[in-house]
Amino acid sequence: MNWMKYRLIYFAVSVSVIGAGIIGLISWGLNFGVDFKGGASLEYKFEKSISTEKVQSKIEDKGVEITSIQDISGGAYLIKLRSISQEERQDIKSVLEETSGGAVEELRFENVGPSIGPELIKKTFYALAIAAGGILIWVSLQFKSLKFGVSAILATLHDILVLLGGFAILGHFFGAEIDFLFVTAALTILSFSVHDTIVVYDRIRESQKRLGGSLYDLANKAITQTMVRSLNNSFTIIFMLVALVLLGGVSIKWFAIALLIGTVSGTYSSPFVAVPLLVTWDEIQKKLKKS
Amino acid sequence: MRFSSPLTKIIFIFILAVVAGIISLPKNFKLLGRQFVRPDLNLQMGKISIVRNFDLILGLDLAGGSHLVFEADFSNIPEERRANAVSGVRDVIERRVNLFGVGEPSVQTASFEGKQRIIVELPGIKDPKDAIELIGKTAQLLFAEVEGEGENQKLVPTELTGADLSSADVTFDQTGGKPVVAIKFTDEGGKKFTSLTQKNVGKPLPILLDGQLVSAPTVQEVITGGSAVISGDFTLEEAKNLAIQLNAGALPVPVKLVEERTVGASLGAESVTKSVRAGLVGLVMVLAFMVLAYRGLGLVASVGLIIFGVLTLALYKILPVTLTLPGIAGFLLSVGMAVDSNILIFERFKEEKGKRPIADALEVSFGRAWDSIRDANIATLLTAFVLANPFDWQFLHTSGPVRGFALTLALGIGISLFTGIVVSRNLLRVFVKEKKQ
Repeated sequence: MNWMKYRLIYFAVSVSVIGAGIIGLISWGLNFGVDFKGGASLEYKFEKSISTEKVQSKIEDKGVEITSIQDISGGAYLIKLRSISQEERQDIKSVLEETSGGAVEELRFENVGPSIGPELIKKTFYALAIAAGGILIWVSLQFKSLKFGVSAILATLHDILVLLGGFAILGHFFGAEIDFLFVTAALTILSFSVHDTIVVYDRIRESQKRLGGSLYDLANKAITQTMVRSLNNSFTIIFMLVALVLLGGVSIKWFAIALLIGTVSGTYSSPFVAVPLLVTWDEIQKKLKKS
Repeated sequence: MRFSSPLTKIIFIFILAVVAGIISLPKNFKLLGRQFVRPDLNLQMGKISIVRNFDLILGLDLAGGSHLVFEADFSNIPEERRANAVSGVRDVIERRVNLFGVGEPSVQTASFEGKQRIIVELPGIKDPKDAIELIGKTAQLLFAEVEGEGENQKLVPTELTGADLSSADVTFDQTGGKPVVAIKFTDEGGKKFTSLTQKNVGKPLPILLDGQLVSAPTVQEVITGGSAVISGDFTLEEAKNLAIQLNAGALPVPVKLVEERTVGASLGAESVTKSVRAGLVGLVMVLAFMVLAYRGLGLVASVGLIIFGVLTLALYKILPVTLTLPGIAGFLLSVGMAVDSNILIFERFKEEKGKRPIADALEVSFGRAWDSIRDANIATLLTAFVLANPFDWQFLHTSGPVRGFALTLALGIGISLFTGIVVSRNLLRVFVKEKKQ
């Protein structure tokens, strides 16, 4: 099949998906969680039921403004506030116990000072840069050409952009947050995406040795040969992740969704971003040589 | 080469899987209405004894507990003494935490761009309020003298401080039954104390903790025994904390709490149940898919996948790996990836089948698929390495959950190479040969 003939369509698809994400990023920004911007996140389970409004007004009476409050299943609330002191924490718990007339169990308490966030962003940037740099060197060495490495890294960058844009949109409509786990997901996607790309590259390298021919034809052949494998492999990972999203519980839901978006995008980007980029690069190189 | 025939290898793999299977069982479990207990390793051979219990170690987010990050202010300490001060802070906090009495606490230091942090992990603790107070106080004990008369009275610090103590204990006031802290001085401290009481008979001798007046007993006579009692208005908890702080020594610099994460044990247990259920459902879907897509080959891959599962669990217990919630996700993700090497080989096999005899096609598929399996997995291992940060590079993350994820992902890749290549390959060799006969 002549996959490379439709290169413009693939680029158009990628551009529109990333474009939508960028519009989301510009209009709403990312919904950073307490890990990044500091603040407190409390999860309380009430023995006696109590209304959301009451919880909110009682806490705000204490002079602590609430950023968001969410009713999660089983008589529990997830409350986000500014960073609070130990005294305020005790105060909030006792006033809620008093108001609801029953015990209040602190399921989870997170309090992050303002200095942690910027540090996390820097460390994430370093981690991404080191991982991407390492992969770039590895792929370039393994396939004996910089254009293989750069195309593979650009494809993963594509996936990270899709993930970021997706989370800007999900953050605005469903409250998805950028937290520590999101960073982990992004790095995992980086490696997953490259994993898929390398499988296609490997087929190109193998046919090149045995048959030779233009990169254009080799790429078409390699994509045809790896398409079923690529889809089947993604299905198995998607099965696992969908089970996690549906059954894994609140604390891991967005992490699994981030991985899911990344898996889908990573599967797409190997044959439809990395390889077309590689072929286009090769063609431009040849034209330049001729002229 | 009879000995290394595929069949022998399969028997070896089978034994390995059974051993791993036993290790990965829960401690107590019910099967068909009967109660079973998993045996632990307990080997006695002459002088060597190996005792290991194979329980999964759960991280704070699954077992419940508190993760506390303190920041130490070293601005008043000259540069050349800072490294010493950092380890001093760490040691004092570690002693305090150990005296506080929770199971297996951990105290680590981390620094980033000149900021010094002390990370304290307290598993199983429900309400970390007392612990935070205990750890966060500088606990600088100071004996002072009163100088001047009436309006002009002022406190003058003496040379006698918390550093002169040899021990502190909680006892009870003999008259009122209130908790007090009995302190013993070192030899030198005892001498200082004696001369101090000598100078101040009939006068109060204030005791200050972090600049706050705790009590000001009036000296009745010279005290020579090298011991004294601090009787502030303590609750039992406060007295206990003070005794711990005095025993552990004062912090050389003040610290403040910058991050806290506490997870209740019930939420952790719920997370475990939910992710195990999600994992089982996902696994069944993957197995069904493999059988549907690849028939007999898929069945072989499924056996390989189950062996992958028990080997991985057993390795978590043997190493041991502290399992966190992201760690479980890493495990589940590696299950998805473990199938990949099989799929790569099977797809290759489909192609090669038409070109040559089946047994040859199988060997060729394994050989050809290996290149891409190796290159692809090394790229993933590279990322796992950055996430796990095994050398504690300070410019990268050192957080437990992220490391847990990276570690389980890396282990998963390693084991999947083994099950994908060794297990599936030998199973298939036998399977394909049988078919031929």
